[in-house]
Amino acid sequence: MVVVVDEAMVGRIFRAEAGRSVAALIRFFGDIDVAEDAVQEAFAIALRRWPGEGLPPNPGGWITTTARMRAIDRLRRRTRERVLLGEVAMLAPGTAGTGADDPARLVADQADDGPGEEDAVPDDRLRLIFTCCHPALSTEAQVALTLRLLGGLSTAQVAQSFLVAEPTMAQRLVRAKRKIKAARIPYRVPAGHELPARLPPVLAVVYLIYNAGLTEPPGAAEPRLCAEAIRLARVLAALMPDEPEVAGLLALLLLTESRRAARIAPDGSLVPLADQDRSRWDRDMIDEGQAIVRRCLRRDRPGPYQIQAAVNAVHADAGAFDRTDWSQIVALYDHLFAATPTPVVALNRAIAIGEVRGPAAALALVDELDLGHYYAFHAARADLLRRLGRDGEAAAAYRRAAAMAPTAAERDFLGAGGRSRRSPEPSGNGS
Amino acid sequence: MTRYLLSVHSVAGGPPRPPMSEEEMRRSHQRLAEIEKEMESSGAWVFSGRLHEPDTATVVRESGGEVVTTDGPFAESKEHLGGFYIIEAADLDAALGWASKVTACINVPIEVRPFSAYADEPQV
Repeated sequence: MVVVVDEAMVGRIFRAEAGRSVAALIRFFGDIDVAEDAVQEAFAIALRRWPGEGLPPNPGGWITTTARMRAIDRLRRRTRERVLLGEVAMLAPGTAGTGADDPARLVADQADDGPGEEDAVPDDRLRLIFTCCHPALSTEAQVALTLRLLGGLSTAQVAQSFLVAEPTMAQRLVRAKRKIKAARIPYRVPAGHELPARLPPVLAVVYLIYNAGLTEPPGAAEPRLCAEAIRLARVLAALMPDEPEVAGLLALLLLTESRRAARIAPDGSLVPLADQDRSRWDRDMIDEGQAIVRRCLRRDRPGPYQIQAAVNAVHADAGAFDRTDWSQIVALYDHLFAATPTPVVALNRAIAIGEVRGPAAALALVDELDLGHYYAFHAARADLLRRLGRDGEAAAAYRRAAAMAPTAAERDFLGAGGRSRRSPEPSGNGS
Repeated sequence: MTRYLLSVHSVAGGPPRPPMSEEEMRRSHQRLAEIEKEMESSGAWVFSGRLHEPDTATVVRESGGEVVTTDGPFAESKEHLGGFYIIEAADLDAALGWASKVTACINVPIEVRPFSAYADEPQV
């Protein structure tokens, strides 16, 4: 079989492999910019060569090796007297023994790198994501760095995904990288006792990337943030198999993503959960997600992501909307509210209660919430009011929801007075 | 090693805190002394100091070829520097660790900021 190597293919391989290469090179050189530039350069070479010469046996290893060679060449060129190579050795205390001050030896090293070179240090990406998501960086900076360094997205792509001007995003990235270097934000996986504080921002960033993908402006065709978030969650789940919340996050993303094809109608409009053609749900993703949820239940160390995954697993189990096991969903939301008592969780719990005890009971709970700034609150009220026959109030609530909706699809859906008997799935659970 | 400035900020007219009893005050001072001793024995401590109130400050500035002296702090603000530590730490996590210990004891915010240094300058 002849595989045609075109630019798009090289781009896909690059995005899948760039994070690993950047992470390996940061450990090696102790400098993010050196690593990024070198990996970019290796990508440019791949774009020139691969279409003519075909793919190397291990494209990821090739990118890492080529980038490392280029970085060494460049450091040598820049500093004949090796001042910078001395600095590299100083900036990366962990690499003192690898001979970072001896370029000849580095070049010799990479010559016998077999295909499995990057497998020798499987947790470089884990180190990198903990650096990117360090609590000393703002959430915005964490998200941008993670997408840029681990996702291999260009600054323009990151900017486009968050509706930010490119120079603004570039500045945000430069500032974050400068802080990492100047304040010496460590490049290491936190110790076990630090994880309870350090893991949540990492998971939150991946979840935020996924949710940003759900509301991604149409036309931002490639790459999809949702796919990127799932890829990151998979990497984390593989690297931290003993953390149930990591598994829970992956399951939550898979189960949410399984409904993608059914969530958007051919005309681009939103299809609420109640009206979705369940035969269009992705069975493979559901099976994978549900298997993870079952493993989490056996492990019995629940947390917010696992519980939200379990809610979605219950939906996935129901062959039709009216065969949904709502009492189980209410019980799960009770647990979730006990763990994270946020108004958004309370709203989702109230909506589930509405399916068990009727819209009047749900409306009473919803009206107690201080969520007037949140479109999903008005959408839920609108739906409940309509089901209670209070059409005038329902119409007003739909108008308010439509005015606040984050995407055109949601705006259209709500503006049309809901059309369905149920409200759309809110994007994100706010926890 | 990197050198960090831990600046201890005081907020004038901030939300009122329940006044400490004499006993609580004594315990807090004792705890702080222990932390500072620990800083010293671990080699992290470089220098530290507590400052008088900002109204004891004087500012000199160059203006039109002359040096002008003015009474009072440089910036009229509710927040001011109450004291500081200069420490050496392996990385930001280690520096934040010291800052966390101090803030848990004295209950005021602490800003942690790295000193800039040149690569060819030995960072003691």
